[in-house]
Amino acid sequence: MKQNEFDVIIIGGGITGAGTQRDCAMRGLRTLLVDRSDIATGATGRNHGLLHSGARYAVNDPESAAECIRENMILRRVAAHCIDESDGLFVTLPEDDLDYQKTFVQACRDAGIRADIIDPDLARRLEPSVNPDIIGAVRVPDCSVDPFRLCAANMLDAKLHGGQVRLQTEVTGILREGDTVKGIRTHNRNTGEDRDFYAPVVVNAGGVWGQELARMAGVKVGMFPAKGSLLIFAHRVNNMVINRCRKPSNADILVPGDTVCIVGTTSSRIPIEECRNVAVTPDEVTLLITEGMKLAPRLASTRILRAYAGVRPLVSADDDSSGRNISRGIVLLDHETRDGVKGLITITGGKLTSYRLMAEMATDLVCRKLGIDKACETATTPLPGSEEGSYEEVAKKIWENPTTAQKVAASRMGSRVSRIRSADRRDEALICECEQVSMGEINAAIDRLEASTLTDLRRRTRVGMGTCQGEFCACRAAGLLAKAHGCIEKERADIDYFLQERWKGNFPIGWGDTLREAEYTQWVYKHVLGI
Amino acid sequence: MFQEFTESWYNFEECTKCTVCTAYCPVMQVNPLYPGPKVAGPDGERLRLRDPHFFDESLKYCLGCKRCEVYCPSEVKVASLIQSARLKYDHTPPKLRDRILASTDFMGKLARPAAPVVNAVTALPLARTAMDVTLKIDRHRTFPEYSFLSFERWLGHRRKEQATFPEQVAYYHGCYVNYNYPQLGKDLVKVLNTLGVGVQLLEKEKCCGIALISNRLKKQAEENARHNVEQLSKAAEKGLKVLATSSTCTLTIREEYPNLLGIDNAAIQDSLLMATRYIYEKLEQGAKLPFRTDFHKRVAYHTPCHMQRLGWGVFSQKLLQLIPGVEFIALDQTCCGIAGTYGFKKENYATSQAVGEPLFEQIRIVNPEVVACDCETCKWQIEMSTGYKVENPISILAQSLSTE
Repeated sequence: MKQNEFDVIIIGGGITGAGTQRDCAMRGLRTLLVDRSDIATGATGRNHGLLHSGARYAVNDPESAAECIRENMILRRVAAHCIDESDGLFVTLPEDDLDYQKTFVQACRDAGIRADIIDPDLARRLEPSVNPDIIGAVRVPDCSVDPFRLCAANMLDAKLHGGQVRLQTEVTGILREGDTVKGIRTHNRNTGEDRDFYAPVVVNAGGVWGQELARMAGVKVGMFPAKGSLLIFAHRVNNMVINRCRKPSNADILVPGDTVCIVGTTSSRIPIEECRNVAVTPDEVTLLITEGMKLAPRLASTRILRAYAGVRPLVSADDDSSGRNISRGIVLLDHETRDGVKGLITITGGKLTSYRLMAEMATDLVCRKLGIDKACETATTPLPGSEEGSYEEVAKKIWENPTTAQKVAASRMGSRVSRIRSADRRDEALICECEQVSMGEINAAIDRLEASTLTDLRRRTRVGMGTCQGEFCACRAAGLLAKAHGCIEKERADIDYFLQERWKGNFPIGWGDTLREAEYTQWVYKHVLGI
Repeated sequence: MFQEFTESWYNFEECTKCTVCTAYCPVMQVNPLYPGPKVAGPDGERLRLRDPHFFDESLKYCLGCKRCEVYCPSEVKVASLIQSARLKYDHTPPKLRDRILASTDFMGKLARPAAPVVNAVTALPLARTAMDVTLKIDRHRTFPEYSFLSFERWLGHRRKEQATFPEQVAYYHGCYVNYNYPQLGKDLVKVLNTLGVGVQLLEKEKCCGIALISNRLKKQAEENARHNVEQLSKAAEKGLKVLATSSTCTLTIREEYPNLLGIDNAAIQDSLLMATRYIYEKLEQGAKLPFRTDFHKRVAYHTPCHMQRLGWGVFSQKLLQLIPGVEFIALDQTCCGIAGTYGFKKENYATSQAVGEPLFEQIRIVNPEVVACDCETCKWQIEMSTGYKVENPISILAQSLSTE
């Protein structure tokens, strides 16, 4: 078989695509994954990072809710190093209807979600940041999850199972012979090379851009892009997920994610052309702050780090203009039975929490098409990094007396952290001080995780995600990239892009300490380094 | 299930990561095991809020000199962040040695009646080796001598005489003056009496607790703090200013009680002053001191780190410069490296001496008759490391007066 022939090609390096590639690769298929930019650039990396217990959907969408709790429990085991088992609260504020709590708890229990009504006093002790005025609280098994880490771990495991990953590779055409899809035509955005790849099955996991990919193949998939904006606060104020116990609405979830916490979201329909460049508006910022403060008043005095927006890849069903009432359910389309186009399937809808199930469903269909009978193992096989216990244990096993940086690295890399253990003390030098990312970790991401730009490194290691937003780490990490690629010119442009992108997130909330910090960064780069 | 600390007391988010603190940190330059004030302070606080487990025991290498706070353009309480993290997150029980070193008050009470014996023993090379081996107190260190007659006793005998002065102040003498070096207290009394000011003791003062804090004996530190705040409040109610001759005691009571121990001291914060500031301001307002005409001394002034943090080094400097016959030299503002009990610990000895070396070198070059300094531990360190005599500016002032 030739080098450009595979059993299955997956388009889209989001969590759905990465998960599907891993599942296919684990079932012995020769896989190729392509993405026009990097992994986790779309909706995967632009959400709360909430591993739903399903409670949020229990009342309106019991099917999704049941799906969530099953997947939630599976991922705690197989993706342990990406997940913070924080638990969540659904709180009732004086302005909310306390009767809804009964409906909510019943719906949760019907969906198989453990939901305990707890005394508001206990809730305040469990989560001291919660609004002290709450009149009701329910405890549910919500978690937080790092979507970048999860996506990278899936990609890495696919590679360990022989999968090929081509990033910065844009699909410019779907190759069809009669009514059968034969492969894809691609354009490499780094090298400028155009190349065709062939496979009997192509999986469209392009999220909201899946509509365009389907169009290239001559089939119609109507997406319903719903924009959601979120705010990142500079440190964790809460250690449990805080939700409002009411009908899902704007800005009613506060999630602790790694070193930060995130409040969101808004929801508004946008034209598909705007999906690639969504911006957060001042009105949205105001709404997020006002509503967020109701969840945790401490947010009012906490520094805001960034504002960002993502686009939910919902599939059009009716004319609901907000997108709130659309099912978050999984949509798997076999275009052979649906449109008479063989060799193409689309997997979309769903959510981060159910990505593994989506991948399983898509892979089952791929295998049926290829006549392969092999069971899915992703529900029981841990991802690389999640094989061993807690990061405290992992770090202790490797280092006798681990430093903060080593412990933090273990919390990010899980058991894979043993790879950065080095006799060379230079590998311990910190590149990113806010997030404590060492030189060893950056180099491991360049070597193993397909990181070729600063932005790629950020997604894989959290470099530049801390309070200073790349003030010092950007040029340090760029140095390592330049060394790895043997090219300085490219890195200069990379720093420029990276800092612009950081500023884009600072801009909507550009006041106070965030603005001071940004000005200082500009001073460092423009006036000291002359970039 | 319950996370003990979910909120920071400090303004760590105001840090813009400019790294000035790290550039000025004396430990950072000599000890690679220390992550530096920025990483240990504001950066670390953010991580510790995420998970207390991210606490790093290398924070113990912080001297507590507070230079980071002096230089921080955003006024972040960097050193307090580090010290409080040690108090909050380091749950290993303090060592016996640390308890001994921290209990300045108790050890003073214990040693004073047997002062000549204790002094002779701690000076013995064999005893020092024994302490080095068993307690890990570095053998190079000289222990401050204990005095047979405590300052409290001395002043107690003169209570009636002091009450006759028209103006009154209270004196927070601290452990050092009381147990080790009453002469400094006597010098202060002499100067103040010359100015027409009588000196009272507080009803009962306790050690300010800095050594307890830096050795993580938080409970005892809190006890002392509450006691001292109450005592100082009583003095404040009587309208008395409280003077001190130790910059570290002063900083601890004024700043660290609320910052590190969460003990409200608003009522007394303004009434506790360094004696040099009080005297300088009095002279500024027109008070006169009878100076000797034959006094001559070449004095090099070292600003203790905590004096610099208070921002009051200038008062001691100005006061020394007012003395006729003083040839005044200001030494560069660097840390001497001792940091109280820090330098006594065997594991810190090398760091301590390396931090202080630039200062020692400068003193050797300047070659003064005496080094002036408001801090007793700086005094021990400089005397041990350079052989030059170190005196409190108050003592030099007392020597320059012509009384009788």
